[in-house]
Amino acid sequence: MGFSYFPQTEGDIREMLERIGADSLDGLYSDVPEEFMFRGEFDLPEAMTEMEIRRRFLEMAGRNRSLTVFCGCGAYDHYSPAVIPALISRAEFQTAYTPYQAEVSQGTLRYIFEYQSMITMLTGLDCSNASMYDGATAAAEAVMMALACTKKKSRVLLSGTLLPQVIRVVETYARWHGISLDIIESEDGCTSAEDMKRKLGQGDVAGVLVPTVNRYGIIEDLSGYSEAVHGCKALLITYSDPSSLAVLKTPGEWGADIACGDCQSLGLPLSFGGPYAGYLACRREYVRKLPGRIVGETVDMDGKRSYVLTLQAREQHIRREKATSNICSNQSLMALYVTIYLSLLGREGLREVNELSFGGAHYLYDSLIATGLFEPVFDKPFLKEFVLKTSLPVEELQRRLNDAGFFAALATEEGYVSFCVTEKRTREEIDALVACVRVCGELLTNAKD
Amino acid sequence: MKSYDKLIFEISKPGRRGCSLPKNTWKASVSSLPASLLRSAPASLPEVSEPDVVRHYTCLSGMNFGVDNGFYPLGSCTMKYNPKINEEAASLPGFAQIHPLQPESAVQGCLQVYHELGKALSAITGMAEFTFSPFAGAHGELTGLMVIRRWHTERNDFRRTKIIVPDSAHGTNPASAAVCGLQVVQVKSTPAGLIDVEDLKPLLDDTVAGIMMTNPNTLGLFETEIREIASLVHGCGGLLYYDGANMNPLLGKVRPGDMGFDVMHLNLHKTFSTPHGGGGPGAGPVGVTEALAEYLPEPRVKMDADGTYHIAGCAHSAGRVSGFMGNFSVLVKALAYIWTLGRENMKLAGPLATLNANYVKESLKDVYRLPVDRVCKHEFVFDGLADGSTDVTALDIAKRLLDYGFHAPTIYFPLLFHQSIMIEPTETESKETLDAFIDVMRRIAAEALSDPQMVKTAPHDTPVRRPDETLAATKPVLAYVPVAGGHAGDSVA
Repeated sequence: MGFSYFPQTEGDIREMLERIGADSLDGLYSDVPEEFMFRGEFDLPEAMTEMEIRRRFLEMAGRNRSLTVFCGCGAYDHYSPAVIPALISRAEFQTAYTPYQAEVSQGTLRYIFEYQSMITMLTGLDCSNASMYDGATAAAEAVMMALACTKKKSRVLLSGTLLPQVIRVVETYARWHGISLDIIESEDGCTSAEDMKRKLGQGDVAGVLVPTVNRYGIIEDLSGYSEAVHGCKALLITYSDPSSLAVLKTPGEWGADIACGDCQSLGLPLSFGGPYAGYLACRREYVRKLPGRIVGETVDMDGKRSYVLTLQAREQHIRREKATSNICSNQSLMALYVTIYLSLLGREGLREVNELSFGGAHYLYDSLIATGLFEPVFDKPFLKEFVLKTSLPVEELQRRLNDAGFFAALATEEGYVSFCVTEKRTREEIDALVACVRVCGELLTNAKD
Repeated sequence: MKSYDKLIFEISKPGRRGCSLPKNTWKASVSSLPASLLRSAPASLPEVSEPDVVRHYTCLSGMNFGVDNGFYPLGSCTMKYNPKINEEAASLPGFAQIHPLQPESAVQGCLQVYHELGKALSAITGMAEFTFSPFAGAHGELTGLMVIRRWHTERNDFRRTKIIVPDSAHGTNPASAAVCGLQVVQVKSTPAGLIDVEDLKPLLDDTVAGIMMTNPNTLGLFETEIREIASLVHGCGGLLYYDGANMNPLLGKVRPGDMGFDVMHLNLHKTFSTPHGGGGPGAGPVGVTEALAEYLPEPRVKMDADGTYHIAGCAHSAGRVSGFMGNFSVLVKALAYIWTLGRENMKLAGPLATLNANYVKESLKDVYRLPVDRVCKHEFVFDGLADGSTDVTALDIAKRLLDYGFHAPTIYFPLLFHQSIMIEPTETESKETLDAFIDVMRRIAAEALSDPQMVKTAPHDTPVRRPDETLAATKPVLAYVPVAGGHAGDSVA
């Protein structure tokens, strides 16, 4: 045939057709009504050589602008060590299927078990699944899970300080799943405990979903939440950036029953939004309602320690419409990414990443305030991300920063501008951004006058 | 390597580290935060050196089996070769380092990928427009069902809460329907393995939102009555959903859009050769007809007259199903695959996959029981051994295959037979590989009679042998818990 992915020669095809008893490849479609046979030409380019593919994709990638990232809002520019791509590109990991055949999938099963363990260590909860698609869908699954854990309830409360994309995805799932959602008002940049209690008091609440670090970058104080939520026999669900959990109070310590979020912050490439991986963890009493794959430890017929997919009676291939979720493929390879990242960074490294991000972010915050072009919005503790107010025209400011090579001052729904600093940002980069902001400020202020 | 039995936590030693980070010269420190916001003790993450990490995960990879290791005839999973140039394209820094919220002007290359892939998939499937938000096949099903529900409810038709699903369907179909708040109504298969049209007719009324079909179905058989089914379902006001899990044999030959389907998903990690990654990341783009385009979830990519791209919404959007815009790098790989095949080779992919499947089926049907003996598409299903005098099961046969260096087929699915063995070779396997597999399958059939005990205790030559699944489920150990002096699993039961 002369195409590199198809090994069949014309002689092979002839011999194979002969064994089958068909006269041609077309003869294998004798069961398809002629009206449905596609006889036209595809509107596709002609086959490209590998050289052409390389050139075309380099060209397309070249149409993007690589900017120095000073924004987060759910995707963080943390450093990813070179070891990770080298290991995850190993074909034994990359070209394997879901580990149904445990005997030849111990590599996948073992790293998922390690991943689950690390998620429990970060969240302070007992059990984790093997991954969800992303943080937003993990939150949606957590909400549906709360409903399944608390029988005969139909309402879920959602903090208005969650990332906007998380709220939208949860709203979409809830709408079709028949869950009635109530948004908890925010007060001074944080979830209003008072409004939450008022809405809990209206009854019928299965779960309450709140962020530990919210859309403004503020670290929320969830004192008293667990008591209030559990007092109404509802479940407390927290949404957290897992990187931050190396230093911040864990979902377990806040008394959460379910924890979810996006693992992107654990060194995953920004990659225009995906693939990332959602995590979902819970207290042990809810594990049988946890959606998706779960790996467990056992022994094989020779007594050797082994790992298998377990508690499968929850899953779609066994329970069909009665499954805890429809999820089948998850983000396994990204879970490997996370596992290797956390192994390399380790106990001390992940803490340092938070220290460096915190230090840099506070330096940028102070420097921006010192320009006189920005004002604080909330006087609340933050980790690596914060919002400010500015009288500058935000779109114009962002455009000029882009032109200078920065992705910064992202406009939020509320009209604030958002900034984020990770350990990757140097003092020189931060100073250059602030200098650029000053120049923009002068130009834009003069233009206004 | 066969004896490697460590967890990363078990090679951890206090004081070791596996990464280098910049020196901290900042003034502000996390310790300035109120103690009430900080965790009380550090997470017990491992402390390992970089070479330790590399060797550990390299050893783990040696306990795995992928398409690059050998033949992987896992039915309904389309384990075809995953080209390496696609990986290179996806990891280009110009894609990998792009923040999803960068302004449109700074992400024109990414948006072009969406546009080009949408165009290509529309050509291949006959659907008008695709959304790339869904992360996997099941997520595509859910998204497609949301589109269907939205279409009905926007027309003030609130009664349509039932979805018809064949008894041969993948488990994700009924599960996705349930997540979407639809009531599943099952339609039976005929003894010939096709949807029973007579069983379907009485189910159709004005409470039916639609039908989910896999064509060819999970027996690898083309649903020959598709014209009548489409007309019946449309006649009652329902829509047709196409589960693209089995699209591979139709590549280049048949387009779902031409068969009357309104909504479909594709598994890019199956048909379009992006790797499965041990269970993801995949991508499950959903395609719809022109009439349904405005009901897709947000966001979508549009091209302006001057060739620039922008991100847009939909007038009757079903909502939002992913945080950003789906598994972007998976889309890059799929586009590279499509462009490499081009219009001429795309036409051959389906027929060669079909050729390979029929060749294996015809070569083994005298020793394995073939419940439906007719031309198949990309896969087919045996119901155990032809010789019923042994108690060797589908599971035993699957495990024995591992000893011979082949991955096992899908077993005990579809649920229509007791001993289902579902085999899908894909088009990227040579006749020599298929002949070797056929040879081994015949040998196992003979062993089942001559030495059944040996087959029933297989595998004998793998890193571990038949794990105790009952123990795993009754006394679940789901996480490593550090204990002084060694490992102790924590049972969550």
